[in-house]
Amino acid sequence: MLRSARFIVPWLLVVAAACGGGQNKSAEPAAPAAAPDAKKVDPATAGDISGKVLVEGQLPPNPPIKMGGDPACNNPNATAETYVASNGALENVFVYIKDGLGNKYLFETPAEPVKLDQKGCMYHPHVLGVRVGQPLRIVNSDQTMHNVHAMPQTNQEFNRSQAITGQKDDFTFTAPEVMIPFKCDVHGWMNAHVGVVTHPYFAVTGNGGTFDLRAVPAGTYTIEAWHEKLGAQTKTVTLGEKEKKEVVFTFKAPIAS
Amino acid sequence: MIWLHRYAKLVTLFTVLLIAAGGMVTSTSSGLSVPDWPNTYGWFMFSFPYSKWVGGIFYEHSHRLIASTVGFLTIGLAAWTSLVEPRRWVRRLAWLALGAVILQGVLGGLTVLYFLPAPISIGHAALAQIFFCLALSIAVFTSPRWACGANPVDDATLRRLTVATAGVIYVQILLGATMRHMDAGLAIPDFPLAFGRVVPPFWSTAIAINFAHRVGALAVTLAIAATAIRVWRHHRYRSGLVANATLLVVFLATQITLGAFVVLTGKQPIVNTAHVVNGASVLGTALVLALRSYRVRFARTAAAVEPARVLRSEPGGMGIPAVQGKAVRP
Repeated sequence: MLRSARFIVPWLLVVAAACGGGQNKSAEPAAPAAAPDAKKVDPATAGDISGKVLVEGQLPPNPPIKMGGDPACNNPNATAETYVASNGALENVFVYIKDGLGNKYLFETPAEPVKLDQKGCMYHPHVLGVRVGQPLRIVNSDQTMHNVHAMPQTNQEFNRSQAITGQKDDFTFTAPEVMIPFKCDVHGWMNAHVGVVTHPYFAVTGNGGTFDLRAVPAGTYTIEAWHEKLGAQTKTVTLGEKEKKEVVFTFKAPIAS
Repeated sequence: MIWLHRYAKLVTLFTVLLIAAGGMVTSTSSGLSVPDWPNTYGWFMFSFPYSKWVGGIFYEHSHRLIASTVGFLTIGLAAWTSLVEPRRWVRRLAWLALGAVILQGVLGGLTVLYFLPAPISIGHAALAQIFFCLALSIAVFTSPRWACGANPVDDATLRRLTVATAGVIYVQILLGATMRHMDAGLAIPDFPLAFGRVVPPFWSTAIAINFAHRVGALAVTLAIAATAIRVWRHHRYRSGLVANATLLVVFLATQITLGAFVVLTGKQPIVNTAHVVNGASVLGTALVLALRSYRVRFARTAAAVEPARVLRSEPGGMGIPAVQGKAVRP
């Protein structure tokens, strides 16, 4: 048996060393490259697409969150943020140009990071967008420990510990993906959704359910509105030069079971 | 030798505790709450401050500490067995248990580092039961009852039945682990029917796994019923076997009840974990019954290492001898 152990133990060590964890994979998915004759959008001829996201029917109440598992997260009134709506206008909807831009345009990637904060053991904001290659800065503002676990389908999954208050970690995504769920496994109720796109034409509906996509070049586009529970809707919009178009999306509240 | 037996029982007990802790990790979705391994948030595992055991970290970190304890206990078991156990195959079994627990630790680490891929997580769950069976078997083989081995039951049908039963239970546990790690536990939301029918009206991978686990429960029920009836009808004066078979039926009834409550409570973590732990108890009880039914095959070996025993007849006039007094090492 000891002779067998002489082979088994080194084999296990080699396997463990060779595997080394899934957080440093080398092959990364890439965004489609711009065409050789791609150009910048001319702001003088660009138009705007704005609109509103509505919901019909009575939305179910967000369930209360029991934060008792961690004294640092003690908020007895906390609820999930699945449905945020007022006067029929739906918030936390990610709206973006899904199709129509092709690879005809060049867009500079902003160096300024987009912030995703962990405060009160909740993610702020709950839904957000970021560009391919743009840093996503995840901050721990809590007096407790979090793990930041992104679960993409196309991009690389990661799970990073944030043990220290004030800790900041920057992440970038290499391919477009709508949406990437984020969760904290320490605090099971914490979740956020990040949309990654190659262009600047995206927005998240806020108070009043409104959105604005500015400086959009003329063309025909598929606009998608995505909600974490109510799904996604698309609309086709043809935009002329310097034109302003309005789009309204209407979701239906789920039928009470 | 009695102390080695007690120590093996302690290892088995800790393994049950470890399975319970692992069940809580999965049931509370805490498997990735500690992203690093073998460290914990950068701390050396054993120096991670207790004040930071919050939320999912509590379940994952305590699972790691209990696993480490079982690992150390198993090193002790292998070493102790090598020193005092005269039977070579028992010594080998102890070293095999040590290899299994090391591999189990590596699988646990890999599943964290690779974000809980189903094949590794299922393998981790499957190996946990194998290790539990190894520890339990060593406890049985080092027990005084095994050592005396006087007039063991010799029933080929019972041997076949008990081995088949233990095998079916293990396959059922594998199905349960697959369902658990593929998040298919509530793919069929009602119980005992499936979407109001005996057979689901539509299928997906999750529904198929869930339904297979339910069919597996039926197979386990039939196997245990056949085994228990065999013992009750043909060996009713062997109190040890009867108690073992009865316990198996009790564990089965508990397991089916817990399985129903897992569905009806929407996978409440405590109920879920109790189902996992009780599943291991069903397997363990079936294994002990199988080992006892095979004891006769070990008679010659045991006679070579054990002293003669004083026998007496069972009350009831059936003339079935039993052991009197405790086993003593030569």
